[in-house]
Amino acid sequence: MSAHATHGHGDDHGHSHPTPRTYLGVGVILFALTALEVLAYEVGHRPTWPLHGMVEPIVVPILLILSAFKFFLVAAFYMHLKQDSKLFSNLFVWPIVLAIALAMALVVLFNYWVKETY
Amino acid sequence: MAQAATASAGHGEIDEHHWTSTGLDTRKLAIWGFIGSECLFFASLIATYLVYRGKSLVGPLPHTESQCMMHGKMQACEAIFEIPLVTFGTAVLLFSSLFVVLALYGAQKGDRKMLITWLSATVLCGLFFVGMQVYEFYHFFHKGLGYSTNLFSSTFYTLTGFHGSHVTLGVIWLSTMLVLALRGKLPPEKALNLELAALYWHFVDVVWIVIFPVVYLMR
Repeated sequence: MSAHATHGHGDDHGHSHPTPRTYLGVGVILFALTALEVLAYEVGHRPTWPLHGMVEPIVVPILLILSAFKFFLVAAFYMHLKQDSKLFSNLFVWPIVLAIALAMALVVLFNYWVKETY
Repeated sequence: MAQAATASAGHGEIDEHHWTSTGLDTRKLAIWGFIGSECLFFASLIATYLVYRGKSLVGPLPHTESQCMMHGKMQACEAIFEIPLVTFGTAVLLFSSLFVVLALYGAQKGDRKMLITWLSATVLCGLFFVGMQVYEFYHFFHKGLGYSTNLFSSTFYTLTGFHGSHVTLGVIWLSTMLVLALRGKLPPEKALNLELAALYWHFVDVVWIVIFPVVYLMR
């Protein structure tokens, strides 16, 4: 990266990379989100815990949203997609879109269309 | 490619970067292309796990007690997952991602102490994660969960085993970077070498960010 900038070929379009302070802030958020995931899991599966009735039906969406947010933070800040060339983002994002479509198609096919054939 | 290892005009130094017509380094394009293909690889493994989730006929099962074959006879088995241990492993892997960007920052700024300190911490975190996974597999096996015990075990071991092998490769790659750094062979102009390893390492981390809730936390 630094060499790119030095030679004027830069793929980061003139944006500087985040500072260690930013990296640390993102790290704290990631850790907090992981703690929230585990908390949602525990609340959702322990009938005696407060808010169990409210959290139980939405545990899966909560976990998926938190996980997607963590994924975004790592990709944007730690993998530098926020600063780097859009081509790198495209090389990552479109396969992810395809991967999600693939996973959803397989789950739908096997759970709803294929009825106990194995 | 044509410009690889050519002398930079006016600088009198060797330009080791592999520029393309886009102005981007070919190695960086290659690692992103590889990461893109890996997304599909892991998506197929995660989808397979989801497809067969809850379809096991015998235990041990991940979250609930079940009947399983142990020592030649059917008996009650407890739920097999240990969420606190895996949560700790997840936190360690997340921290390792933080450590490797700090190491990269040190490499780019020519701060050798910062580079070596954080890169060593990253390698240690990676080793801890691999150790945790080996312990987990060993523990599961002794609770009666072999590779072909049920649909859960086959899909679980395949998915997490492939992830673990990626982590192991990442640890080896980062260790070679650490050795180069210790020998003083990772100057700022070669920081891209570490950036490529770091990108792979972050990818391994984001895959775990998906696996952890999908496999361990969703019942």
